[in-house]
Amino acid sequence: MKLHEYQAKGVFADAGIPTPASQLAETADEAVAAADDIGYPVAIKAQVQVGGRGKAGGIELVESADEAREAAERIIGMDLKGLHVDSVLVEEAVDFVNELYIGVTMDRGEGKPVAMVSTKGGVDIEEVAAENPEAIAREHVDPAFGLHPYQARRAVYEAGVDRDVAGDVASVLTTLYSLWDDRDATETEINPLMVTSDDEVIAADAVMNIDEDALFRHPDLAEMEEETAEDELEAKANEYGFDYVRLEGNVGIIGNGAGLVMTTLDLVDYYGGEPANFLDIGGGAKAERVANALDMVFSDENVDSVVFNIFGGITRGDEVAKGINAALEQFDEIPKPVVVRLAGTNAEEGMEILNTELVEVQETLEDAVQRAVARAEEVDQ
Amino acid sequence: MSILVDDETRVVVQGITGGEGKFHAEQMMEYGTNVVAGAVPGKGGQEAAGVPVYDTVRGAAREEDADAAVVFVPPAFAADALFEALDSPVDLVVAITEGIPQQDMASVYKRLKETDTELIGPNCPGIITPGEAKLGILPGNIFSEGNVGLVSRSGTLTYQVVDNLTQRGIGQTTAVGIGGDPIIGTDFVDALEHFEADPETKAVVMCGEIGGEDEEDAARYISQYMDTPVAGFIAGRTAPPGKRMGHAGAIVSGSGTGTAQSKIDALNDAGVPVGDTPNEVADHIEEFL
Repeated sequence: MKLHEYQAKGVFADAGIPTPASQLAETADEAVAAADDIGYPVAIKAQVQVGGRGKAGGIELVESADEAREAAERIIGMDLKGLHVDSVLVEEAVDFVNELYIGVTMDRGEGKPVAMVSTKGGVDIEEVAAENPEAIAREHVDPAFGLHPYQARRAVYEAGVDRDVAGDVASVLTTLYSLWDDRDATETEINPLMVTSDDEVIAADAVMNIDEDALFRHPDLAEMEEETAEDELEAKANEYGFDYVRLEGNVGIIGNGAGLVMTTLDLVDYYGGEPANFLDIGGGAKAERVANALDMVFSDENVDSVVFNIFGGITRGDEVAKGINAALEQFDEIPKPVVVRLAGTNAEEGMEILNTELVEVQETLEDAVQRAVARAEEVDQ
Repeated sequence: MSILVDDETRVVVQGITGGEGKFHAEQMMEYGTNVVAGAVPGKGGQEAAGVPVYDTVRGAAREEDADAAVVFVPPAFAADALFEALDSPVDLVVAITEGIPQQDMASVYKRLKETDTELIGPNCPGIITPGEAKLGILPGNIFSEGNVGLVSRSGTLTYQVVDNLTQRGIGQTTAVGIGGDPIIGTDFVDALEHFEADPETKAVVMCGEIGGEDEEDAARYISQYMDTPVAGFIAGRTAPPGKRMGHAGAIVSGSGTGTAQSKIDALNDAGVPVGDTPNEVADHIEEFL
């Protein structure tokens, strides 16, 4: 779960990290009032949970009320990398001399958190990491001890941060790690951490990703979670509790287990079709859940055919068959052709129950996918 | 021969009085696994699935000579259960639990590295040596005895590929589902090391997916240290960047790292053929044998 910039800044400010004066605005009027209050120049920043907002036209520096109105009217309601902008953060424009990057994330390979500092702030840090990895100083953290102050200092000095601000930067990094640790973050990041001509450091942006598996420990953060679904179908998937990703194609895909569903997508592509979605019903799904999955995929108007690929371990073939029957028997005419492949636990029982007048059955994964691709092509013509 | 588990392995099931724990303890025993005890705090002295329950894993290990633990404990308590297993100690821990917080796993991982215990998972289907024992939730009936090792980040994909093998009469020494989480115990390299050292394993299937760099690490290991031939499969060729495909670790990052293609290229460079379909993986294995 990714917090909005304004939410993350709130968390950072509460922990004592310096942040610019700012106010959230949902209308152009509110934005102008906020800007008047803070004093020009201000930055008007789209609040969407995606990186690269500046390049995509979601951040604008304005000098006057007229400009603020114009910018707010343009940005609020805009579509930014597929996300709808509902609000802007109106923020004091910081007069800086340097931009730094600091962050904490999980190093999967090492199985440890890693704290990072770079003087190449203000740009896409992943590009820096790819092109110029030595420009980022790294310190791995023993989770039992946390980030020692000496480690924060070492990262700051090794990154080549100006010594006049090194102490303050190290201190902000230590706080950033504590927040990462206390709030079950998977990522905390300030980019840029601005350095002013008075040698002050200010967090001009704030990134905080929270581990959704740990939200049970953080009711306050769970409350900040909002539906960020990009369309109605993803909202529906959230409601049903499915792992669902909408794609561009026309072959709907339902399966159990992430690896098998991904494989089914890949095979649709391999046999010349285009996957419409990733939908994992998860382990041990009962009939109702299976019916919900079909309902989801049917309600995607781009879908021309559906392939149901189940390899039961915990999931039982008879439950899946019941769910498919229940979902299909309510229609006078099945809205889109459905190809089913059932294997694994209770697959035989499932095949006995399955109403094969309503669906097409295939024995193997390869055959099922090829049939679904062919059926989609027929519908398309 | 096999790796890590066989019919001698003495298993304690942590969480045996829960629905999942009891069901799968029974399934494991039905398969022939030597389940000797359960461990559930506060339930010591009871019996579940026909075996005695102890309050602590140490009690079960001491009284019943258990040397492996399978964990069916809910996510909020799972890390503590893993620490307990590591501290009991047992030689092997298999963690089935899905949804353990990453930072909990980072702490467990740190402790794990200070012990001699091997951890499979979490969020995995477990490990099976066909005809001898299974520790976890894998459907035993699709596996068959033979000489091919299998290691996979995905449970259901394991079943699919094993099915392709078994249908052609290719049996398995051991199949290990290592799980798709960002932080896991045994990784590809660890499992491949075991298979390389196992004289019965004549070829290995490695099923990977998008996200992380474990497959790339495995490719380096294979090219430097392995004589046993390996065939690969990588799921997620069609995954768009920035979207999580189910598994917590299965995401192609914005900068393009962790893509299926980078993994396929790394494996090909290491001399590992990668099948376009699970069936093609079986073709490659057939050629090796």
